[in-house]
Amino acid sequence: MKQLTNLSSQRTLKSKNNKSEEKELTVKSRTENLSAIRNFVSSGALELGISLKVVENIILAVDEACTNIIKHAYQYFPEGEIIVRLKFSREKFTVIIIDHGVPFQPETIPDPDLQTYYRQHRVGGLGMFLMKSLMDEVKYVSVPGKYNQVLLSKNLPATH
Amino acid sequence: MAEFSTSTKDLGGVSIIYLQGYLDAHTAPSLENTFSNLIENGKYCTVVNFKELAYISSAGLGVFMAFIEKMRENNGDIKLTSMSEKVYNIFDLLGFPLLYEIYKTEDEAVNKFIESKNLEK
Repeated sequence: MKQLTNLSSQRTLKSKNNKSEEKELTVKSRTENLSAIRNFVSSGALELGISLKVVENIILAVDEACTNIIKHAYQYFPEGEIIVRLKFSREKFTVIIIDHGVPFQPETIPDPDLQTYYRQHRVGGLGMFLMKSLMDEVKYVSVPGKYNQVLLSKNLPATH
Repeated sequence: MAEFSTSTKDLGGVSIIYLQGYLDAHTAPSLENTFSNLIENGKYCTVVNFKELAYISSAGLGVFMAFIEKMRENNGDIKLTSMSEKVYNIFDLLGFPLLYEIYKTEDEAVNKFIESKNLEK
């Protein structure tokens, strides 16, 4: 890992029955860490034999979620913490992303409208749309004053 | 560190921007600078070649949205070319082909500019 200085920790946890496993990465809320996050998720998913095409979709969704956290939850404050946790079982690959920034209200994000973007010269909500399109489940939980969590999961085919 | 770089060449008044590497929220400002420089120099006809681009997130897509109208207002455009299937799929998912001209080859994209310039004459 090139960015060891920015990575607070990385660890692996196994459940008692060995049926599921967890891996965790903690990084500072900086866009320069997006590549480390993508690499972490990608190697975790590829190790499980998930197809490259599916892995590419998962890492894009995770990148979008973390970009939103850096921009909106931490508002570019570079010392915030982003925890990326991978959970996997035979049926499902789940990425849980936790931050301690400003709570996020996904219902306030409108669906993307290209004509509006064109007029305003900017895009907003594309990341959210991509996450919903690329993953089977996207779930936000905010506990004000404590943490925000986004859960992204992908169902895995019987043989993947 | 996500590596991303651009290089630009001029072909008969058309600026071709070559993208290489990973275009995300960290590297998008570098592409914004490339477009800003072209605008400062009055170059509004641009072709963006995606052949060497490995990855794009919505932050990268936002750069094209930020500059397209400016280019078109000045009788130019941003035409896109040589995308991998993976990158095209992301553009397609978001409906970008409705707003941008996307060509298979760089020649096709450049020729479109040349044809429209000839029509104006």
